[in-house]
Amino acid sequence: MEYFLQQLINGLTLGSIYGLIAIGYTMVYGIIGMINFAHGDIFMIGAFISLIMFLVLIGLGLTFIPLALLIVMIVAMLFTAAWGWTVERIAYRPLRESFRLAPLITAIGMSIFLQNFVQIAQGARVKPLQPVVTGGYTIMEGNGFSVQLSNIQIIIMVLTVVLMAAFSWLIANTSLGRAQRACEQDRVMAGLLGVNVDRTISLTFVIGAALAAVAGLMFLLYYGVIDFYIGFVAGIKAFTAAVLGGIGSLPGAMLGGLIIGLIETFWSAYFTIEYKDVAAFSMLAIVLIFLPSGLLGKPEVEKV
Amino acid sequence: MAATDQAQAPAAAAQPARSNRVVAALKESAVAALVAVALSLFLLGIRTVDAPGGLQLQYRWHLVLIAAAVVFAGRFLLRLLWWREENAGAPPAVAALGKAMTAFAERFGRFAAPLLVAFAIFLPLMPFADRYIMDLAILVLTYVLLAWGLNIVVGLAGLLDLGYVAFYAVGAYSYALLATHFGLSFWIVLPLAGILAAFWGIILGFPVLRLRGDYLAIVTLAFGEIIRVVLLNWYEVTKGPDGITGIPRPSFFGLAEFKRFGENTFHEMFGIPYSPMHRIIFLYFIILALALLTNYVSMRLRRLPVGRAWEAMREDEIACRALGINITNTKLTAFAIGAFFGGLGGSFFATRQGFISPESFTFIESAIILAIVVLGGMGSQLGVAVAAIVMIGGFELFRQAEEYRMLIFGLLMVAIMVWRPRGLVSTRMPTVFLGRKRKGISADYVQEGEG
Repeated sequence: MEYFLQQLINGLTLGSIYGLIAIGYTMVYGIIGMINFAHGDIFMIGAFISLIMFLVLIGLGLTFIPLALLIVMIVAMLFTAAWGWTVERIAYRPLRESFRLAPLITAIGMSIFLQNFVQIAQGARVKPLQPVVTGGYTIMEGNGFSVQLSNIQIIIMVLTVVLMAAFSWLIANTSLGRAQRACEQDRVMAGLLGVNVDRTISLTFVIGAALAAVAGLMFLLYYGVIDFYIGFVAGIKAFTAAVLGGIGSLPGAMLGGLIIGLIETFWSAYFTIEYKDVAAFSMLAIVLIFLPSGLLGKPEVEKV
Repeated sequence: MAATDQAQAPAAAAQPARSNRVVAALKESAVAALVAVALSLFLLGIRTVDAPGGLQLQYRWHLVLIAAAVVFAGRFLLRLLWWREENAGAPPAVAALGKAMTAFAERFGRFAAPLLVAFAIFLPLMPFADRYIMDLAILVLTYVLLAWGLNIVVGLAGLLDLGYVAFYAVGAYSYALLATHFGLSFWIVLPLAGILAAFWGIILGFPVLRLRGDYLAIVTLAFGEIIRVVLLNWYEVTKGPDGITGIPRPSFFGLAEFKRFGENTFHEMFGIPYSPMHRIIFLYFIILALALLTNYVSMRLRRLPVGRAWEAMREDEIACRALGINITNTKLTAFAIGAFFGGLGGSFFATRQGFISPESFTFIESAIILAIVVLGGMGSQLGVAVAAIVMIGGFELFRQAEEYRMLIFGLLMVAIMVWRPRGLVSTRMPTVFLGRKRKGISADYVQEGEG
């Protein structure tokens, strides 16, 4: 029971990170119907910017951790958002009216470019960061096993919930959110009715990249090491999460992220750690066979 | 900026229209340079280096300035010289090249293909064909084979497959395992590897029958990853990350071996002096034959009922069903036949390398093959071959800049796609014509990838 509870906590933490990345995928898919393959690498760039900003702050002698975290988060969100915006501007906007596979290929090209850019600029070795947030609580003890809830896990989960709430509010209540939903339903009609479609799509990428930056920061704090390759695996998992939850659906992305995180953690804990990816991907295939549009996705209506 | 604006002022009086364009271009370039600064500030400007007791920072602000300057200059020139308005498309050179390629394919398409084949056949006789060129040619042809195989799935049947490398891996491991454990020869295993891969194609095909578009894409991607993870971890059979070594080389159709000494050697059989190039040239002809076989089969299949069903399915699945085409069979045959050629390619790869490990079968391989298919203009056999030569050959040109190779490769993919979204050869030859006139149609009329 204690072991199970511990794995549940670990799984929810991992799932939160996946969920935040998955939102970027699902939003972009909802609005322009393409797989933004470079999104995982945007997440990686967010992690790198966070790492560098941390080191800068430590170099400047800032030791008050909450303030440092806040500054790092804001800086990482801003600069990663700039990357998200640029990728959309260069690689996707010129292909807006093109056929469906074209932006997919540019996205893969961008992903290759970003990975190698960071590898060249920052070196291929793994980058460690000393633990920034330490400490935690023991929730339960028994059978010689104590269930730990570390501060960093609390921060990750709380931050995810806060961001999700803020984000849902943004989609439901602001004019930007309305414009996004309008573009999602019918881009041409939204444009005719005065919605600035290009701007809305750009902002979608900016928001997705900012959330990915937060996920990158969390990944950095939670695992303590990053390298230029983390974006690929995390990106695929997050995309799997988005599809599992029903692509285009925001709660679905979060739910999918949590499920993938939990499956992975439990599989590693109770079976073999080597095959955790196989478990996650098989789960995806099984869900899609029975629910072809994901858990919370709207079934596609085919019109002839 | 202010100084430049003033310098432009007299010119502005003389030629207001032109100068406005210059000023607008300058403004735009300044914005682009600012964005470049924002992008490179952390990643280029500060480098993390390993040091005792953690990471140290190394400041390299000059790189940020260089990046900004390059972006400024590049944007300014593009805007001033080529783009009369926002996003007017490709620079004229690229557009002209593309147009020329399409026109060339239209007019000389029927001559270009036999010429290319003839060139390929006589390549080993050319004086410049040394070891390096032949190795490169073998590599290019391997990708041509794989791209033609994937073209059946993506280009003809319109099923977006991001895990094609899985079949390549199945073919490679089939040959490696059967040859090292049971001593079966290459010529027996080659068709067997193809059939095994086709089997896996059907296994993948079944669960994804109901999926469309991107759902299909992600499941095929996941399938590719699953195969790789299993190869990596099933140590008892696949030797995991260590890979399989000592995979036998193919014999000369079982009649002779490519060895310097021993019995039944190739050079003794023909009474010529021994040369290590014999094996390379033989391998080259094997892959050329396999690639041409793939091409021939897929061209013939296009005219068979099953091929017509694939293309019909790509255009409209519902209409297909309404017309009584069995979608299940159509999809499964596409997956199986595409996978079959992937298996052939894999088996050739194993025998050529003599060593395989899961490292060779990562997602990036699938991405490269798919990129070749799409960049070649999906469905165009000639375009795919040209794209493979451009991509793999171009990739090889940057061998000196080892570090920057993949970087340039990624940028190239983006650039070609943005400027030639329909691929290098963007016309299609329909398989049925009304009347006598044969005429290509623009690829814009062709649907794709809807699954």
